[in-house]
Amino acid sequence: MRDPVRSPEGAGAPGAEHRRREPEGRDPHYNFAYLDEATKRMIRRAILKAIAIPGHQIPFGAREMPLPYGWGTGGIQVTASILGPSDVLKVIDQGADDTTNAVSIRRFFARTAGVATTTRTAEATVIQTRHRIPERPLREDQILVFQVPMPEPLFRLEPRLAETRRLHALADYSLAQVKLYEDIAQQGESASSYNHPVLVNGRYLMSPSPIPGFDNPKLDRNPALLLFGAGREKKIYAVPPYTPVKSLDFDDHPFAPMRAPHPCALCGSTTHYLDEIVTDDRGGRMFVCSDTDACAEAAGRAGAAR
Amino acid sequence: MSPLLEAEGLTLRFGALRALDGVSLALWPGEVVAVVGESGSGKSSLLRALSGLARPEAGRVLYRDAAGAACDVHALSEAERRRIARSDWGHVHQNPRDGLRMGVSAGANIGERLMAAGARHYGGIRAAAAEWMARVELDPARIDDLPRHFSGGMQQRLQIARCLVTRPRLVFMDEPTGGLDVSVQARLLDLIRALVEELGLAVLLVTHDIAAARLLAHRIVVMRQGRIVEEGLADRVLDDPQHPYTQLLVASVLAA
Amino acid sequence: MSPVLVVEGLCKGFTLHLQGGVSFPVLRGESLALMPGECVALAGPSGAGKSTLLRCVAGNYGAGAGRILIRHRGAMRDLAAADARLVREIRTETLGHVSQFLRVIPRVPALDIVAAPLLARGAGRAEARARAAALLARLNLPERLHHLPPATFSGGEQQRVNLARGFVAPNAVLLLDEPTASLDAANRAVVAALIREAKAAGTAILGIFHDSELRDRVADRLHAVDPLEPAA
Repeated sequence: MRDPVRSPEGAGAPGAEHRRREPEGRDPHYNFAYLDEATKRMIRRAILKAIAIPGHQIPFGAREMPLPYGWGTGGIQVTASILGPSDVLKVIDQGADDTTNAVSIRRFFARTAGVATTTRTAEATVIQTRHRIPERPLREDQILVFQVPMPEPLFRLEPRLAETRRLHALADYSLAQVKLYEDIAQQGESASSYNHPVLVNGRYLMSPSPIPGFDNPKLDRNPALLLFGAGREKKIYAVPPYTPVKSLDFDDHPFAPMRAPHPCALCGSTTHYLDEIVTDDRGGRMFVCSDTDACAEAAGRAGAAR
Repeated sequence: MSPLLEAEGLTLRFGALRALDGVSLALWPGEVVAVVGESGSGKSSLLRALSGLARPEAGRVLYRDAAGAACDVHALSEAERRRIARSDWGHVHQNPRDGLRMGVSAGANIGERLMAAGARHYGGIRAAAAEWMARVELDPARIDDLPRHFSGGMQQRLQIARCLVTRPRLVFMDEPTGGLDVSVQARLLDLIRALVEELGLAVLLVTHDIAAARLLAHRIVVMRQGRIVEEGLADRVLDDPQHPYTQLLVASVLAA
Repeated sequence: MSPVLVVEGLCKGFTLHLQGGVSFPVLRGESLALMPGECVALAGPSGAGKSTLLRCVAGNYGAGAGRILIRHRGAMRDLAAADARLVREIRTETLGHVSQFLRVIPRVPALDIVAAPLLARGAGRAEARARAAALLARLNLPERLHHLPPATFSGGEQQRVNLARGFVAPNAVLLLDEPTASLDAANRAVVAALIREAKAAGTAILGIFHDSELRDRVADRLHAVDPLEPAA
């Protein structure tokens, strides 16, 4: 059994086994994928409704999950409801397959659903993510499930939930535009480096969850189905495949995704989104890909070229 | 020419209290009408019923848009009413907190209505905001300041700029000078008078300040106990009041 | 030629509701007519109702009974029955009124007060200001005062601003209420000249002139307003 945690030097080593079945198999004490069938049916109904109204938040009866709010309870319930025995699951946290959260959730489903898991984006059929969209373009046969802390894009602008619902109903989004104006006025540029609000299919304003603005363009007309689950706020929303998604901006301040101006220290990529990592207490730092799978793949390609 | 706003037989009760008792009123393009009366006379209820915020039990309110098409304000869907409220109408509240977003800058406050109307050019929005700050005698250099750092009179002027930036045809003003120092009141009233004249606005002004009504209004409507007891040319109502209540109102002011 | 202003059977009284509803009539059946270019002076003792008559014609007081016909846009309109909008329109285009006292608007400079009637008739701002300045100069109001609000002006200075406002735009009918009460001889002469010019231009003038010298110089005839005996 291989350590699921990836270390930089071992990453992407040729021939590494990425897809496997957890040794213990499905734990028969749990219903398939943990949730009972009635709950999954209820959540699927919410998902279907969400797909039918792209970007619109659908309330659902979120269950208590065996992990605290903020750890992905919404995403897990969506994943549990769509998972089938033949699915291959990938879980990433800020792009990485090897963080505690990602590992725990992957193990959770390996145990309760017995599904195959993978760290390879290309091999996955369902990818649950916290705060990133993989670098590798997604396909029509893939579903990306986002963990969402706060589904309401007008939160902080309009404190009354009833009023935000009314604003959505009337498609009155001048408030969000006001916020954008304010960012530019106060900080020179559109300041939201993550969770930058988007307009879905020209109708609903949507929080893309706290993904970096760098990932926003990937939402637009993505071939994969994008599902968003917020456990604490008990909301599900969706962007169906190939749906137009536009980041809010001004004509003279167009939305510009930002990326640290460095190559990745591990794979040398100049196109992937980078994390800044402090390496010592003397101010040493390095920039590495946030998407570990894409990084490993690029490093493998670089190694093969050498 | 037809009236911009036409109300017929408006009736509104709060329990046994008749806030509006069969009130009819027309407001013509470019006309400034002051509704005066003491607290509880129904003048604020009238403003709310006319602007669609309170639904009367009986009667109707017709609004004619720029194309001349009439619509029943209380039969509109909320989406349509809000559209008119932010494109054709303006609302100046007594308390600036009700009319401003205190958490965003002066420029954003003025720009919001432009953005709601679809403006998406940051530079253009900012230029319009600066221009309107100057027009209401606020220093455009303070465009990025929060309203809470402005004085009461300045907040009120900011509210007016926010309201007028989209060039509404009709402005509802609810005690716009209430709660301000007398010297600040005079300046604000004069500013309103000049802007109203320059832009040819129709204004429905609710006030208990007779002097403000005389300065701003072409026509005065006197309300008492939910009814209009007297109405007419502003100077005639004040100089030759007919109804006992109007005489009392006018006498009270002159005595002060 | 037909009259521009016809007052027929005008009655006006006041009821003071705050004084126990006491009523007293002031005008009973006043009638008069003014031809274009004619100046009529109201005559009568103090308290006879001259000012009340003038203010009824101005629309400032509501008429109790009778008609006040004025030629406006080519038709005789009854001011006594006109609604507020029509009265405003008539005041803007046809009927001028110089009251005894200037109603000061805070912060508005003298020049703009005088220019306002021209602007209301669609004149350009620059042209209106230029004509206002010329008229104020003719009335010997120092130029340094043109750009100040008249609140702090003396009575005579305020009266000249008021006169300039009344004469700056041509009116078919002009009402003058003691136009020279606080003016010196030189300015009284200017006012007399202004009245003569207005008459020559066809303006009908109805006025109260306590200044008998001025009255003799400008009035074509007198119209007596007699005090009513208190109602028995």
